[in-house]
This record gives sequence, structure tokens and C-alpha cells, in this order.
Amino acid sequence: MSDLTPKPNFSASVQASGGVGSAPVPTTEHGDHLLHDDHDHEHHDQHWLWKYVFSQDHKQIAKQFLITGMFWAILGGTLSSLFRLQLGWPEGSMQWLTPFLGHWIQAGKLNPEFYLALVTMHGTIMVFFVLTAGLSGTFSNFLIPLQVGARDMASGFMNMLSYWFFFISSVIMFSSLFIETGPAAAGWTIYPPLSALPQAIPGSGMGMTLWLVSMVFFIVSQLLGGVNYVTTVINLRTRGMSMSKLPLTIWAFFLTAILGILSFPVLFSAALLLVFDRSFGTSFFLSDIYIAGQALSNQGGSPVLFQHLFWFLGHPEVYIVIMPAMGMVSEVLSTNARKPIFGYRAMIGSLIGISLLSFVVWAHHMFVTGMNPFLGSVFMFLTLIIAVPSGVKVFNWLATLWRGNIRFTAAMLFSIGFVSLFISGGLTGIILGNATLDIQMHNTYFVVAHFHLVMGSSAFFGLFAGVYHWFPKMFGRMMDEKLGYIHFWLTFAGVYLVFMPMHYVGIAGFPRRYYAWTGFDAFSQFADMNKFISIAAIIAFLGQFIFIFNFFYSIFRGRRATQNPWNSTTLEWTTPIEPGHGNWPGEIPAVYRWPYDYSKPGSDVDFIPQNVPLSQTQSSNLPYEQEMAD
Amino acid sequence: MTALTILLVLVLLLVVFGLLFRLQILTSIFSGTFTRDIGMSNSVNAVLMLVFLVFGGAWFAYSFVENFNKMNPPIASIHGHQMERMFWTTMAVIGVAFAITQTLLFVYSYKYQHKEGRRAYFFAHNNKIEVIWTVIPAIVMAALIFAGWKAWTRITGPAPKNSVVVEVMGKQFNWLVRYPGRDMKLGVINYRMIDAVNEWGFDLSDKSAIDDFTTNEIHVPKGVPVLIKIRSRDVLHAVYMPHFRVQMYAVPGMPTRFWFTPTVSTDEMRAKLGNPKFNYELACNQVCGGSHFAMKATVIVDEPDDYQNWYAAQQSFSAKNPEVMAAFKQKAKTLVTPIAAQPEVEAAPMPLAASN
Repeated sequence: MSDLTPKPNFSASVQASGGVGSAPVPTTEHGDHLLHDDHDHEHHDQHWLWKYVFSQDHKQIAKQFLITGMFWAILGGTLSSLFRLQLGWPEGSMQWLTPFLGHWIQAGKLNPEFYLALVTMHGTIMVFFVLTAGLSGTFSNFLIPLQVGARDMASGFMNMLSYWFFFISSVIMFSSLFIETGPAAAGWTIYPPLSALPQAIPGSGMGMTLWLVSMVFFIVSQLLGGVNYVTTVINLRTRGMSMSKLPLTIWAFFLTAILGILSFPVLFSAALLLVFDRSFGTSFFLSDIYIAGQALSNQGGSPVLFQHLFWFLGHPEVYIVIMPAMGMVSEVLSTNARKPIFGYRAMIGSLIGISLLSFVVWAHHMFVTGMNPFLGSVFMFLTLIIAVPSGVKVFNWLATLWRGNIRFTAAMLFSIGFVSLFISGGLTGIILGNATLDIQMHNTYFVVAHFHLVMGSSAFFGLFAGVYHWFPKMFGRMMDEKLGYIHFWLTFAGVYLVFMPMHYVGIAGFPRRYYAWTGFDAFSQFADMNKFISIAAIIAFLGQFIFIFNFFYSIFRGRRATQNPWNSTTLEWTTPIEPGHGNWPGEIPAVYRWPYDYSKPGSDVDFIPQNVPLSQTQSSNLPYEQEMAD
Repeated sequence: MTALTILLVLVLLLVVFGLLFRLQILTSIFSGTFTRDIGMSNSVNAVLMLVFLVFGGAWFAYSFVENFNKMNPPIASIHGHQMERMFWTTMAVIGVAFAITQTLLFVYSYKYQHKEGRRAYFFAHNNKIEVIWTVIPAIVMAALIFAGWKAWTRITGPAPKNSVVVEVMGKQFNWLVRYPGRDMKLGVINYRMIDAVNEWGFDLSDKSAIDDFTTNEIHVPKGVPVLIKIRSRDVLHAVYMPHFRVQMYAVPGMPTRFWFTPTVSTDEMRAKLGNPKFNYELACNQVCGGSHFAMKATVIVDEPDDYQNWYAAQQSFSAKNPEVMAAFKQKAKTLVTPIAAQPEVEAAPMPLAASN
């Protein structure tokens, strides 16, 4: 077999590539078939159960995360369509949903407690199960070993456990949807005492117990994954791959994993203390409560303490969601603009800055919770500083597009969409981070619009960009580009049509998590607007099935991929089209240059992969590179 | 049956869509347009970028102006006007940043679309530019932080000595309201004494509790600082009065507070808006259970004289409920020491106002 293994051979691909837009021919003739055989041989004796289900191969685990995440995304989207129906047509009959929702429809009306369960589960599912596990779980797993040049994660077994803990967590959370008292309904932030007392809302009974148990498994999964990602990036980089030669994707995944390791345990402790309060009569978060005709004996606890613990995770969590997307978007923008990412070091610096700051801004979620106002001033200061590194990132992305030579692949479209949404959503953060203005805006739809743009939709766009871009590496086939275009424009327009008007509703003071606004004069003027938002949201959600179709169709019937379909420079494209366990059949390629040598003057191709030695590119080397080559 | 039909229709739609898609691919293979080159679709997407900028921008501008009046609830407090100015100033600043960056994003996308034979400009970094776009936002942020901090310390600072005091207590799912009565002192309450009649848990062995009175609506005088003391007796709630730009959580076990000065009486606002039914509203803005969305109280801003008359006409809780009073007297006789009432936690965690 060894004679068939393609050694990275740059001169061959230079000759083969005819210039812009053509893919370099794989270095082995008929590389596709032969490599495929190679791949099969390696796993011949492996039972399918170990190959596909309890796999320790990071690529298989990534696909497991992705497909589980897609399942959750469809479910989370469906839940949002249900509550958008309620918000758009508060007087309308929901009788037709009885076959699906059973006793949650009473006399043609959605049960208000179930409405809260819907928003709670929508938030929980989207934030944790889709945008944390589905996004970071998929791409950290898939790309870290491939892009740093490693055979697999540092511990394949731990990596497998990470997925299966996530799977158990998913099963528990999913089953909570079907119990009689309903799933957790205290909001995804599960503030006690509401989440602690089943007397307060039925969802805080069994549903909340399952939520907490599920989250415990989820956190274990995150930690197992995170430790693995960090270890792999630190220890398993290939020869020559210094930290300053890492693609920005890896920097983003690396810092994300660190954030997760440091912040998820705090959520774990909060969940544990809440379990104690719920089941063992402790008073960490409960005090002076009279409910359901009874004075509880709990004294001295503080609900605000829970909020501190929750947001100590909760705020880094939004960066855990958005940073992988930032990394992937940087990569895709650079590749498809055929230009180096502008300000590579500034991009790393701003990621580090954002990571550090993300730990000291949590209380901006709590300006009006009764926290000492002095703390409010401090957190306002720290929060608004985050605008600076975020701004640097945006300007660098814009500068990357400037004088580029842009190919609009579906991944590129979603990356440009990401930048647009990140700007739109990020800017309103400047208003919400200001404690004074937050007095009015706190918990209104302005907040809902803000975070759905800046971390919800943006992270989804990053996820889509990642899937379209790395699909060929995952499945050896291409996704259909035209469907990708339709998917993008529909989603992009849809997201803006949903969330821009939501700002108006929010500025007027419309509170979030309201089953109906009809009881208040102050909020009742937006009936038409709510209908409009609901229609746009449901259409945009249905549009996602184009993607689902494209995804599964392309796995089986998509056009076969070439080895490096996007003419990209990073290491994953030096592997065979469908890499087997171990990624590179032969030696792992060494790295000689940074990952963004696109359109380098003096080079006759518009990209130079990272594994091409400087000695082979005399004509395009920069002075300091030439010194190193000599 | 409905479920089955809907599922069936969805599946059928999916199948039809799949077949159409397959058909389109087959025809494109036969007609020879099934290629992977950068071609038409690239320039179509580039043009769409520009179209999106122009039409999206126009739609946004139109709908923003169209809804501008609706999204500005009338303001009726002194600090509300300051907040409003700061809000729209900040909006203008971020609006400029929004317009510039979005325009550049879409225009660059259009302008630098792939052209055969052209090469991207190798431009990897420029420290001067990085410094410029780090420092300028930092300066703007510093200005916003400073303005925000000044306003925040003023708004959350101690309430003036002459403030009128009213206390609200959130419970599932309505607001309880009480006033200190003639002695201007809120009496001791204790959650263990709450029952169906004594909803506040008044401890009537405390003298200052005896003249406290409870109401359904919140009355406040115009032009006088009002200190709202806030409690909850079950789960978290939040006092949210959008017209006064007031919001503060109601936390069980931890009294909170907020002070503001109403500037427009309810009657004046009704005349101003031409809406005789207008009322200031207090909404619960922290999810508290199934009827959270209906947890509302009405706030009435009176002229100071009217307020005085209204205040004087109220009957205290103890006078309205003699049986509760009697029970306390009975207890006081049988016990050697009066019930050890839990002292009101005046050492609130926030130094918002001088205690009354």
C-alpha cells in the first residue's frame, strides 16, 4: 500500500494547476479509487459498531455531533414556530395542533405554562445542544487534528465518551418533552425560586429535574471534549506548526475550549446547589417564600447568587458559541477572497482579548436585579470595552475583502452574512451594555433581537459556512451550490425580516417571555408587526429544509469532491479525499509557512499550501522567508 | 388523523421537491451547463449583494421611520428624558457605524467579485491601520461609558429626603401595594404571617404597621420624588414601568428599590395623547409562571393636592380587618414577650436611598 500513498508533492500540483479556479490534481493517479481502497483495508476487520457508532475517530465523532446537532436544530426551530404562532395570532385557534400537543391545547388555546416551556426549551436546545455541541463539537473535533496535522485527538477514547455523554444528555432532555407536567419552563436561565419550586410552575417538577440531570451530562461531555481539544492543540501539532502558524480556526477552537473548561464547572456547581435546594431542603437560593398557601422554611439564600453563578458560565457561553464561528468565517473569507486574512496577529490578539474580557462582564445581565449599583458601573465599563476587539475583527474582515478576488461559494455567502449579522447584532450590545439604557431595555424584545442576531443567527451562519466549506472533506462529495445560494438568500433575508422589527417592538418596551401582550395598552400597538415577524420566522425556518435536503442528498448523490476543491492552503486538504483513521496514509506533512499565502506576489499559483517548503517558492518568498529558506 | 395528514403532505412535498431537484440536475447535465467553473452564478450573487444592500437598507429605513412613533412610549419622568436622549445619541453613533460597515461589506463583495485574470492584492497586515481602528472605537466607547456612568450613578443614587414612599410586593400573579400611613413609617412584615387575608404578612404587634394601608392601584404625586420599595414573596418578579423608564427586580428575601420623579399626571397624559382610557402600567418583566404575561398594576399620577386628599382618605389595613388586629392582641396577651418579629431588612444590599 505504501507505494500508493500520496506524499505532499508541491511541484506536481504547481504544474498541474492551470491558475485561478482550477483544482490541483491529486498527486496520485486515480488517487480517488486507490485511496478509497486504502481506507477500506484499514478498517476491514472493524465491526461496524466500532466504526460508525462507538467510533474513536475524530472525524466520525464530528459527524455524530453534527447530525445530532441538526436533529436538535430542527426541533428547536419547530418549537420557535409554535410560539411564534401564538405571538402572531394571540386570538387564533390552535385546535389543529391538538394531535401533536395533546393536553397542552385547552379549548383551542395554547396553555400559557406550555408557552413558557416552549421558549425555555427553544433557548436551551439552541444555545447548548445546537450552537455549543453541534457547532463547536462538530468543527473542533473535525478540524483540530486535520488542521494541526495530527492523527487524531490526544485521547480518542475520551473523545468518544464526550459524544456519548452528549448523547445521554440529549436523550434525557428529549424525554423531558414528553412527561405529563411538561419540560422545564423557567426560561433557559432557570432562575430560582421559579425553577426550584414545583408549586410555582409545573415545569419545575420532573421537567426541571431532567433538565438539571441532562445538563450535568452535557457539562461532562463539554469538559471531556474541551480538555482533549486543548491537549491536542498544545501537544500534537505537526513538525513546523508553531502557534503562530495555526489557522485562525484552531486559535478560535483552542480559546473556546479554554473558556469552556473554566466556565462550565461553575454552571455545574450552580446546578448542583439547585438540586440541593430542590431535593434536600437547603437554602442556597431560597429565602422568605410564601407560596401555594404555605410559608417555606428556607431562609438566608439569595436568588441573585444563582444569577452570578449562572452568568459566570452564561456570558463566556455566548463567546463559546460565537468564537468557533468567527474562526471558521475568517478561514472561509480568506480562502474565497483569495487573500490573506488581514491582520492575522491582530485577529489572534482580539480573540484572546475577547476571551479574557468574557470572564469579567457577566453581571451586565444583572444591572437591575438588585445588585449593588457600584458593580453595575464596573461591569458597564468592562462590557463596553469588548466592543473594541470585536470592532477590530469586523474591520479586519472588511479589509480582507478589500481588493480580493471573491468567489461566492455557499460557504462564502454565509461568511459574508455572518459579518453582516455580527455587525447588526453587535452594535446594539453597546446600548444594552450601558447600565443606564439597560434599565429600560432589560428583558425586552430589544434584548431578544440583539442576541438572536449577534450570537444566534451569526453562529448559525458560521455553522452553515463550516458545513458547506468542509462537507467535501467530511463526505468526499460536494453539496449542491445552487441550493446553497437559495438557502443563503432566503435565510439571510428571513433573519433580517424577523429580527430588525423586533428591535422596534423592544424599544417600545415589549417584555420577552410574554404569552400575550393583549393585556397591556403599552404593548398592544404591535399586533401587525408581531404577525409579520411570525410569518417571516416560519418561512425562514421552512427554508432550512432546503439545507437539510441538500445535506442528506449530497452525502449519497452529491458530486464527487476533488482533493482540494477550494484551493485552500491548510493541512486538511492534503489528506486523501476520504481520509481514513489516522488521516494521512503516509507521513504527516510538515509545515513551513503560515496558513494564508493566497495570491502571493511572485508565485504562479494563487495559493501556496502550508506544507510547501520555502525552498520551493524562491520567487515568492518575502525577505525574511528567503533568509529562512537559505 | 390531522397529524397523519399533515405528516403525509409534508413527506409528499419533500418527495416532489427531491424529484424536481433531480430533474433539474439531469437537464443541466444534458444541456451542458452542469459545470463547476466560476461563472454566471458568481456575478449573480455579487449583484444580489448590492441589491440586498439597496433594498434591504431602503426597507429598513422605511420601516424604522414608519414605526418611529410607535416605538417611543411617552416619557413621564425626569430621568426618563435623560435616558431617552442618551438612547438616541447612542443609536445615532451606532447607526453611523452600522451604515459605514454594512455598506463597505456589500460594496466590497460586489466590487471585488472574481474576475478572470485578476489577482487579489496580497495585503497581510498594516499596524498603523490596526492602531487607528482600535483607538477610535476605544475613544468613542470611553465617551459612552462616561456618559452612562454619570447617569447611572445619579439614577441609582440615594432618593431625596422628601421622597414619597410606596412599597410593592410581587406575588404570583399580581402586585400588592402598601403605603406607610400617617406615621410615614412602613411597619414590620413577616412572610410567616401571610395568609389569605393578611397578604402582606403584617406584624400588627409593631406599632408602625397598624396605620399602613394597602391599595390595588399605585398612586403617586406629580413632580415629587417617589421611592418605590420592592419585595417579592414567592419567585422573582420585576417592576417595569416603561413610561417612567423604571425597572428593578423583586427578589424574595432581598428588598430592592428605585426612585424617580413623575412629571406628567395621568389626566395630562390622557389629554396629551387624546386617549381618555390611557393609564400608566406596571408590568412584571421577569418570568414568574404561567400568568406572568397578565401580572399588571395600574399607576396613577395625581396632582400633589389630589394625592394628599386620596392619601388621607385611605383606611388602614388593621382598621379594615379588625379580626386580624384582634388576633394579634390576643396573641400579645397570651405570650410573655411579643412574637419575635423578624426585623425588616433595612440594610438592603443596595445603598439606593436614605431609609425612611
